[in-house]
Amino acid sequence: MPIKVLIPTPLRSYAGKQAVVEVAAQTVGEALSHLVAQFPDLRKHLFSEDGKLRSFVNVYLNDEDIRYLNKDATPVKETDTISIVPSVAGGR
Amino acid sequence: MALRISRNLLDELRQHGEDTYPHECCGILVGDFDETGGKSVKAVAACGNTRTDSPQNRYHINPVELLRAQREALLSGHDIVGFYHSHPDHPAHWSATDLAEAHWTHCSYVITSVEKGRAVLTHAFLLQGQEEDKHFEDEAIEVSA
Repeated sequence: MPIKVLIPTPLRSYAGKQAVVEVAAQTVGEALSHLVAQFPDLRKHLFSEDGKLRSFVNVYLNDEDIRYLNKDATPVKETDTISIVPSVAGGR
Repeated sequence: MALRISRNLLDELRQHGEDTYPHECCGILVGDFDETGGKSVKAVAACGNTRTDSPQNRYHINPVELLRAQREALLSGHDIVGFYHSHPDHPAHWSATDLAEAHWTHCSYVITSVEKGRAVLTHAFLLQGQEEDKHFEDEAIEVSA
């Protein structure tokens, strides 16, 4: 079942300039795998060399951070939206 | 390439820095990218600073606020074009921490120096490159009436 993945501004050039990509998946992990399979240039911007999500990349299933759900194994359904949200922080 | 913003919206983000002084304020800039790489700001969304452990020199925007802003921008046909924060009693220039924690390339990072509670200078910086070689470039701010 296709679900939507929202692509943030800085990553759209690696996803065919699309703000929303649909992928077929049963879990969040599967959705992200299919996403980077479809757009290989996205991989290094989302994942470190050990295959884990980069620390500043937040992934939400609807309004929930997947870190507080079941991470990659979080199941998804057709009406769900996965959002990729790079962090914003800093200071003097 | 420049960041275009109305006087009202610029005043709004500067005022936010005064309101939160001596702590850093932070927020999201919503607008549009143009074909030349410039941007126009249509709205300023003030955010909370989750760095309650060190708000006088650190800021962090709750990803939930980013998520909602991104979603709403998409629905309204706009985009997240940048972010703003303040430097209490410190120059309006990016720091090593600002660069290390910046990940939204092609977006503007706007910084306001707030000295003794009054907003002084506001400068914009464009994040360029990829994570491994990212850097800030000075970006002109064009203020409209």
